[in-house]
Amino acid sequence: MQYLLVNYEQTAAVILFCIGFSTMLLHKNLLKKIIGMDIMDAGIFLFLACQGFIKGRVAPIVVGGVQDVEAYINPVPAGLVLTGIVVSVSVTALMLALTVRLYYRYHTLNLDEMIALAGKEEV
Amino acid sequence: MHFVQNFPFFCILLTLICAVVTSVLKGRPARWLTMGLIMAVTAMTVCVLGYTLATGDSYVYMMGHFPAPWGNEIRIGVIEALMMTVFCFVTFFSFIGGMVPSIREIEKTKYNIYCILVDLVFLALQALVYTNDIFTAYVFIEINTLAAAGLVMMRQKGRNLVAGVRYMIMNLVGSSLFLFGISILYTITGHLLMANIHEGVAALAASGDYKVPLTIVVALVTVGIAVKSALYPFEKWLPGAYSNATPTVAAMLSSLVSKGYIFLLIKFYVRVIGFDVICSLGVLDVLFIFGVLGMIMGSVSAVRAKTTRLMIAYSSVAQIGYIFAALGLRSEIGIVCALWHSAAHAATKSMLFVSCAEMDDACGGTHLRKDLRGAFYHSPLLALAFSLGALNLTGVPLLSVFMTKVTLTQAAIEVGGRHMGIVLGAVAISTLLNAVYFLGTAMTLFIPTKEGDVVLPPTVRKNPFTTVGLVGLMALNLAMGLFSQPFLSALAEGLARFA
Amino acid sequence: MAKNEMEATQEQAAAPDIEQLSPAEIRWAKEEQEEEKRIEAAMHDWTEKKALPFARAMYNLLCVGICVTMIALLLYTVTALPAFGDPNHPINNEVSARYIENGLQETGAVNIVTGMILDYRAFDTLGESSVLFTAAMVVLFLLRKDKDSARYSQLAQTMDQNPHSDTYYEPKNDIILQKTATILVPIVLLLGVYVVLNGHLSPGGGFSGGAIMGAGLILYVTAFGFAKMRRFFTYKTYQRVVLVALLTYALSKCYSFYTGANHIESVIPLGTPGAILSSGLILVLNICVGFIVACTMYCFYAVFRKGEL
Repeated sequence: MQYLLVNYEQTAAVILFCIGFSTMLLHKNLLKKIIGMDIMDAGIFLFLACQGFIKGRVAPIVVGGVQDVEAYINPVPAGLVLTGIVVSVSVTALMLALTVRLYYRYHTLNLDEMIALAGKEEV
Repeated sequence: MHFVQNFPFFCILLTLICAVVTSVLKGRPARWLTMGLIMAVTAMTVCVLGYTLATGDSYVYMMGHFPAPWGNEIRIGVIEALMMTVFCFVTFFSFIGGMVPSIREIEKTKYNIYCILVDLVFLALQALVYTNDIFTAYVFIEINTLAAAGLVMMRQKGRNLVAGVRYMIMNLVGSSLFLFGISILYTITGHLLMANIHEGVAALAASGDYKVPLTIVVALVTVGIAVKSALYPFEKWLPGAYSNATPTVAAMLSSLVSKGYIFLLIKFYVRVIGFDVICSLGVLDVLFIFGVLGMIMGSVSAVRAKTTRLMIAYSSVAQIGYIFAALGLRSEIGIVCALWHSAAHAATKSMLFVSCAEMDDACGGTHLRKDLRGAFYHSPLLALAFSLGALNLTGVPLLSVFMTKVTLTQAAIEVGGRHMGIVLGAVAISTLLNAVYFLGTAMTLFIPTKEGDVVLPPTVRKNPFTTVGLVGLMALNLAMGLFSQPFLSALAEGLARFA
Repeated sequence: MAKNEMEATQEQAAAPDIEQLSPAEIRWAKEEQEEEKRIEAAMHDWTEKKALPFARAMYNLLCVGICVTMIALLLYTVTALPAFGDPNHPINNEVSARYIENGLQETGAVNIVTGMILDYRAFDTLGESSVLFTAAMVVLFLLRKDKDSARYSQLAQTMDQNPHSDTYYEPKNDIILQKTATILVPIVLLLGVYVVLNGHLSPGGGFSGGAIMGAGLILYVTAFGFAKMRRFFTYKTYQRVVLVALLTYALSKCYSFYTGANHIESVIPLGTPGAILSSGLILVLNICVGFIVACTMYCFYAVFRKGEL
């Protein structure tokens, strides 16, 4: 249990991930699903970003010619999160576009209703 | 360094550049550019295959100026080149074979976007097959997902859009699980390149540290990829996506997109975690059970499907079940079988989708299985291609899927025990069900229409594209059936050097 | 919603078009319209029925089960992971050490993260730009309307005629917004350019700077309307900018990958670390990425709001 408190950032990240995951699975509303997806991604990014942190060190931008490992935090997770965020933005944009398109067609945001309505259309 | 070694990198960059250039082209030049691109990539991949077969060894290609643990790299060996060659041919022939329906079904001013997305799926497939870096794999998985979702929606009918949104949701859950898995893996090993992670995991396994996180990593990645490649309990998105899409797209989704993920999973097991460690974790048993269930349940759903395309789509679930069951056997032959079946299924399923779509239109566009009656007499080539695919998937000797069943059985006998009984039973049941729906449908093609029946005028005119595509796919299937033995032994040899 | 009115205008819109269409296409358009009506009818059916409560309940139960199991498993995993903020964390190994110790000499970038993503791990970042490109293409495919669209979907008409759609009220002339924008837009764009150009020296880079520039463009278009925007930014501009930027990106990476793998010395000078014109290709790549991101952000906004650029 005390480990959860030591790793409090990871704990928060995991809980965020699971909140997002359940939102995505449980809600029928497409917008809520998208929100859930973003929370889930945010959880993962928080998890990754906090791995790079080291107590008492600064962001990895060389200042005053100091190039000592002891001076900076780990730059790798920051880079990965940067990549991940762009991917997440792209995915969100695509999902929102799809939602807009489906709303114009079916005038609803409920995925179950959409599936039922689409099932009644001709092949 | 031999010049041929550069070719995989050229292929990847060339595909990306063509995709970008296509964004300013109109429909017709876009089509020709894509066709030329796939041809060029195929030619280069064949050269790479020749080179790797000649040297028999694999090599690592640095993507940048920095060596192993610091930079990105790709890795090319016999297995990668062999699988990629099959995938290239399948892409080329299904792109050509589905050309005419795609022109008919896709909005004219947006045809170039279709070509871009085909390019991007192809790009992601190459990157997934070649990459040696696990985070690069994640990025290209996302490209694959987004581009494939776009392709699913290409026809813009309501069903396609709904299928697209379901596809996206399931696949995004899958990629998030995968990303979380590799984040934890990175946390406990400190590396992103496969070879370095492998060393790290071996050290962890020896010392017994981080056993729980390692198990969770394998579980997360496996579930993530299983969702994305439609293993049995997660297959709900598949039928809608495959059966409503335009034929090239259905062919590409079933034969390339899902196979890219499966290849990545095999790579993850063998090269990242190490097969011994995986076997000790018990995840493979779960995979085996769901694979076997998928083999049977997919076939049952296929028997009940009313339309031909839905039947073929459900049959994909069954075939993916074969691949996962083979993976779950914990033996080297099992992996060879999974790789072989990925290739064999890719070649066959694309042929079925391409031929069936054209035949549906020729038979009045109802898509129902019973309405295919007498198709052989007005469109013989389509009917022949369909029957070849049907015979192949049923498991007729001398064809490629037969070898899957043989290898799978071999692997099961080698493993012995309970696995053997389950595999033998499942193969028997699944073959029987395959025969019921595939041979049943194939037979209707050859029953002449009765006197009183309305004879439909063939709406599909003969066109060179479909002919070339289908003849090519048939030749590919026959060749894979005839040369299955050298292919399998090359895979087995490659696997020995894969780790 | 004035449905009849909408249908009437739809028919008017479709009428001149029909003469040029082939019989098959007319049939298609009609089927599409009938389908819309059927959907309307079916929708009222559905809301009354509320089908399958039992299956839904089972599904929810299953999901809750899965989520609870997952939370428990992942929390258990967290307890086994290395401690937060620990200098001996497994990821602090020779990889990050080289990035920090030699990054400045090897890439020329003062910002180590930029040096890492644009030079050491550049293939990832190339893939990441392709993801953005893919998403932009799919969004354009889904939402951009053109002459042909009406034949394939009702999208264009719905977007134009729905009184709630944003386009309906164009042009807007909000004085407060326009005055504010006159002052803010240049500053925002300048900040974006600054962040892009200093990507290798300070926090920021192509993606963040591009997003700021995109925000500037969006602010401009909100204040002054699409007609003014189109004087200098149309769909063609978008296409060309993205084409040139992505091609430059891909070709320059092509060069550096090829020379790297074949062990050829790269001829691009790294310059004095800390100067604005330094760090070789990284500056060029940042500018390319900045252009791509700015245009894509604006493009997303425009097609979401209006269906065209």
